[in-house]
Amino acid sequence: MRYHTYLSPKKFKLMEKIRRIYVWEIPVRFYHWVNMTCIIVLVITGYFIGNPPAIQSGTEAYANYWFATNRFLHYVFAYLFFFNFLLRIYWAFAGNEFANWKQFLPVTKKQWNEIFEVLKVDILQLKTWSFESKGHNALASFTYFFMFLAFVLQCLTGFGMYAAMSTSWFPQLFAWFIPLVGGDTAARHIHHILMWVFIVFAMIHVYLVVYHDYVERTGVASSMISGWKFITGHKHHD
Amino acid sequence: MYEEVLAKGYTRRDFLKFCGMVGAFLGLEYSGVGQIVKAMETKPRIPVLWLHFQECTCCSESFIRSSHPIVADIILDKVSLDYTETLMAAAGHQAEENLHATMENYKGEYLLMVEGSVPTKDKAYCCIGGNSAYDILQEAVAGCKAVIAWGNCAVSGCVQGAAPNPTGATPVHKLVKGKPVVNVQGCPPIAEVMAGVVVYMLTFNRIPELDGLGRPKAFYSRRVHDTCYRRPNYDAGLFVETFDDENARRGYCLYKMGCRGPVTYNSCGVIRWNDGTSFPIQSGHPCIGCSEANFWDNGPFYQHLASFPGFGVETTADDIGLAIGAVTAAGITAHAIATNIRKRKMIREGILNPEPEHDEDDQK
Ligand code: HEM
Ligand code: HEM
Ligand code: SF4
Ligand code: SF4
Repeated sequence: MRYHTYLSPKKFKLMEKIRRIYVWEIPVRFYHWVNMTCIIVLVITGYFIGNPPAIQSGTEAYANYWFATNRFLHYVFAYLFFFNFLLRIYWAFAGNEFANWKQFLPVTKKQWNEIFEVLKVDILQLKTWSFESKGHNALASFTYFFMFLAFVLQCLTGFGMYAAMSTSWFPQLFAWFIPLVGGDTAARHIHHILMWVFIVFAMIHVYLVVYHDYVERTGVASSMISGWKFITGHKHHD
Repeated sequence: MYEEVLAKGYTRRDFLKFCGMVGAFLGLEYSGVGQIVKAMETKPRIPVLWLHFQECTCCSESFIRSSHPIVADIILDKVSLDYTETLMAAAGHQAEENLHATMENYKGEYLLMVEGSVPTKDKAYCCIGGNSAYDILQEAVAGCKAVIAWGNCAVSGCVQGAAPNPTGATPVHKLVKGKPVVNVQGCPPIAEVMAGVVVYMLTFNRIPELDGLGRPKAFYSRRVHDTCYRRPNYDAGLFVETFDDENARRGYCLYKMGCRGPVTYNSCGVIRWNDGTSFPIQSGHPCIGCSEANFWDNGPFYQHLASFPGFGVETTADDIGLAIGAVTAAGITAHAIATNIRKRKMIREGILNPEPEHDEDDQK
């Protein structure tokens, strides 16, 4: 607060305008953290499925079971990931305006303007002033849209492969997908590549959340915990 | 058929053993074996045309070299093999005549078996008797009852269909409209599997139940991995690291040597090859996925993850992912540094830093 011991009248007026808004309802926050946990576990166990380390040798098979356990974990979290995602889809219709599915599809001129604005202000840094969005900014939502598509594809390839090794009826619902991509090998490859998509997304995503919080101090990072954000309302596209 | 088998010097016992074996492979119930016996004893021969296009004849070889002699005899005796370049005595015009005679006399009744893929980039790549493979296929398909596509060539193009696929080798099922196609996968398919499919169609007069890729479920519903005797080592995480290490001698799982068992649907682990003697994995070699589409392009064979299309042979999705990850990390660092320089003022003021245009608004 060192900088604000004295506020110019102009700043003071702005300060008075700061208000809290409730953006992320509980289902969105619940979804977000369960999803993050699932993705972390799925990336780790999945990586081991693709590249098993040589941590055991010289023993008999009956003495170990870790690789199967690793796969078991992958499937448990796969189910969690899937049903959690269904919850989020439901909330895209039942939730508030910031959770609504329309957020994620840039169909209005306003959304496209905002995308270019975000690119200029935050990514290329051609402009240096602040920029406020109430919910997700339009560029972020658009990337989430692609992530949601990737989630669907990961579930289709994952449960599609799983159908062959499971006796449960549920994965069988996805079996039709495998022939579409030409077989298990192709499905596995897509599945593996998507892992890297998630890793790279998570790196950029976490960085940008930190960046926004650091630069704008709107409490965006904790908003996914508390649900609340701070805005002044001085710059909106509406 | 039964008389013919006896005449060949087999006993009734041999004959029944054969029927029992096929019934078991097909997963039929006990009464099904009786039906097979009856069909083999009484049903008239069905006319068969066996066409050879772009292939290496390993499917025919596999079939006639089956350990069970009756298997080969089915194809020679039970079906009336009216045309097949490899085995028929006729040649030239006489052969062509046979072909057309069968097509006309048995319209709607004959079985069409196809070995090999069909070039579509330039139909001239494969011509027999002055006609292109494509035209021969279409002509033969028109009057057939059902099509059996033998082996990876006919089912998914195999080696001729591998990138860059110079002849435009096309799988049979993509060129056949309106007729059922049974895809008997493998390079080559196991002889007993081929026999099983033919016997099933003779006995029940219908095509066997197929999976999503048109393969008979009786033989292709389980992965090699699910019937592999090394599987306990897989679940235990015990892997061969190089072909000549101690683990290889202990018979550990070949997953890290590129085994395609987990993505390959075939009966190798159950029926095995050469009279059930062995199969590749039992001999210490990973499965190369010969009964799956594009198995040549999903190489290298001795590496778990296929090479990434468009990059070097050894470059996998992991290498590329790591590289992109590193570039991303570098980009983030650069962006973070740039932010601290360029947005000094903002960082000091946070949301209290208004846009220039807003200063004017405020003065209103
Ligand atoms: C964030 C999500 C996920 C990630 C990052 C992920 C990652 C991976 C990776 C890297 C592999 C190894 C592929 C290879 O062998 O090269 C794998 C395998 C697999 N995953 Fe996932 N996965 C995810 C979600 C799912 C889901 C939702 C399912 C649904 C059941 C699933 C089912 C499978 C199956 C069945 C395998 C093959 C395992 C085997 O052959 O034993 N995955 N996963
Ligand atoms: C594997 C890691 C993560 C993944 C896959 C992920 C994914 C996502 C997704 C899909 C959304 C859209 C949410 C929705 O509308 O339902 C989102 C939003 C958000 N995430 Fe994450 N997240 C991850 C980690 C984190 C972490 C570590 C933070 C740290 C605070 C965080 C903070 C946020 C915030 C604040 C938002 C909303 C702000 C915005 O619009 O950009 N996330 N995340
Ligand atoms: S050797 Fe191949 S098929 Fe057998 S358990 Fe290992 S990965 Fe599966
Ligand atoms: S083990 Fe695999 S590659 Fe070998 S014959 Fe069987 S399916 Fe083909």
